[in-house]
Amino acid sequence: MYGLAMARGLLVTLKNMTKKPFTIQYPEERVKQHPRFRGEEFVWYEERCTGCASCAKYCPLGIIKIVTSPSESAPRQGDKYKLEVFDIELQRCMFCGLCVEACPYDCLFMGSGFEQGRYSRDDMVIHVEDLRNSAKNPSTFYRPQLEQSGYDPRGGRPLTWREVGRENWDWHKREKAGLRLIGTDVNIPSEESE
Amino acid sequence: MNCQLASESIFYQNALYRFIHDSAGAFMPCSVSHVIAGLAIMLMLVNSVLLGAALVTWLERRLLGRLHNRIGPNRWGPFGLLQPLADLGKLITKEDLVPSGADKIIFTAVPLVMMVPLVLMTAVIPFAENTMLADLNIGVLFILAVSSATTIGIFMAGWSSNNRYALFGAARSVAVLISYEVPVVISLLGVVMISGSMSLNDIVQAQSIPFLLVQPIALFVFVTGMSAELNRTPFDIAEAESEIIAGYHTEYSGIKFALIFATETGALLVVSAVITTLFLGGWNGPLENFLGWFWFLIKTLAIIFVFIWVRATYPRLRLDQIMALSWKFLLPLSLINLAITALEVFLLRDASGNLSLPDLWVMAAINVPMAILLILVMGGLFQKKVNSLPIRTEKPMVPGVPTIEVK
Repeated sequence: MYGLAMARGLLVTLKNMTKKPFTIQYPEERVKQHPRFRGEEFVWYEERCTGCASCAKYCPLGIIKIVTSPSESAPRQGDKYKLEVFDIELQRCMFCGLCVEACPYDCLFMGSGFEQGRYSRDDMVIHVEDLRNSAKNPSTFYRPQLEQSGYDPRGGRPLTWREVGRENWDWHKREKAGLRLIGTDVNIPSEESE
Repeated sequence: MNCQLASESIFYQNALYRFIHDSAGAFMPCSVSHVIAGLAIMLMLVNSVLLGAALVTWLERRLLGRLHNRIGPNRWGPFGLLQPLADLGKLITKEDLVPSGADKIIFTAVPLVMMVPLVLMTAVIPFAENTMLADLNIGVLFILAVSSATTIGIFMAGWSSNNRYALFGAARSVAVLISYEVPVVISLLGVVMISGSMSLNDIVQAQSIPFLLVQPIALFVFVTGMSAELNRTPFDIAEAESEIIAGYHTEYSGIKFALIFATETGALLVVSAVITTLFLGGWNGPLENFLGWFWFLIKTLAIIFVFIWVRATYPRLRLDQIMALSWKFLLPLSLINLAITALEVFLLRDASGNLSLPDLWVMAAINVPMAILLILVMGGLFQKKVNSLPIRTEKPMVPGVPTIEVK
């Protein structure tokens, strides 16, 4: 009947008033975040990076800038290039993750954070130093080895460069990447031993 | 000079007015003490309406949030109580824009034209015993006349803004007002007939049982009609944001918008107070002549809650639906109510024309079942009319799209 349906509608809203609100009050409460979340603050392992610039080539927006130079010390370490500039213009990044998919050496990962608001556009460009110092909590996006180990980036434990790669590729033996830093405690595999 | 307020003055009922007038009149001429007392009371009324509007804004947002399963504003101050203050600060610091081609004088006058009737309405409302500014003997007429004056402000806003959306909103608001003024006035005639007076003070004193029970149809029609005149959902086509941006106040920003917004929420508060006075017994409470303002506040808040509840529940009606509801549903209902009430008063009154408490109970016993029956029957007829409209069967404009049969 005409009037009864309207009364029933009023009861529906009144019933909803007694329910617990759905709102999650953000700074105090947070939603559970998926481990594959493609966040800001790219995680980068310098030990694994060869400076091949695959990420820069695959970036559809062209916002990654990599400059390398032949280094004095690098050939001794079995490496060719020294990484001088690694800039990511985060203010234009759309977090498609293609750079991470393109990285052949598992050295670039998506981050898990999203609270990187800044007051100027210049601050939104992250440099090599920021990448070195960023929290090493890689997202498991496009990294099945992390997902299989059940790693949760929001769990808090940072990962070292030894724990993040697909080591059955044994790429580092041939490409000699991951050995490019002076002072890192890596066993340099010699050509003879292989 | 010893100037005392005469007992036949319309301000005599107000104890505060009398106190200020008499203490000022001890050393001033009567004309000056009248102005001083009037200004003091009006200052209190204006400020309490604006403060009340701020609180009603907060209450409306919080309650709407809860009815929508949200929380509502809760950041600034305890329970978000200072949120209206923050909104006001933001609106004051915003740029005060006047669109090019606007009629600047009328455009600027609109917030005042809308605000003044609202404050005028508070002058005749008895908030508690002996706490009304002026005991006008035509109080109900005054309220009806003044409350519709806000629409002049709305139409001025629409006309002077040089904006088609504003003009549409204003035209819709005026159309709604003209339709709903008729059933609202007729519904109040029943109340006036039973109490035998148009003074709000006398109406409150006549309510030995609340007129909610004696005049349920009048209450229904009055609440619906006032909801339409206040442009509140489901009758908010004057500022339907999904159709015409913000209606008549599309072009308003800054402090002018703040005043218009305060007028809208303040009108909700004042109209709720009027409904409390006319139908819920005003300051009459369970304790004899004690805490009158408290009972008044509780009843007003209950009416405001009903308005917000209805807003959270019903979707917006179309203009033709609103017109149909007024002319085909509310107007016959209020006319039937008028006839029934007139008959009852004619039969039950004593020789001096007064109604006693048992008479009122008899009327309540007749009118409450009658109200439920009438609303259901009239609603059924109204629905039948809608259902008997012809079914559209013509070919669709777009080839390939099947014809939808609209019932």
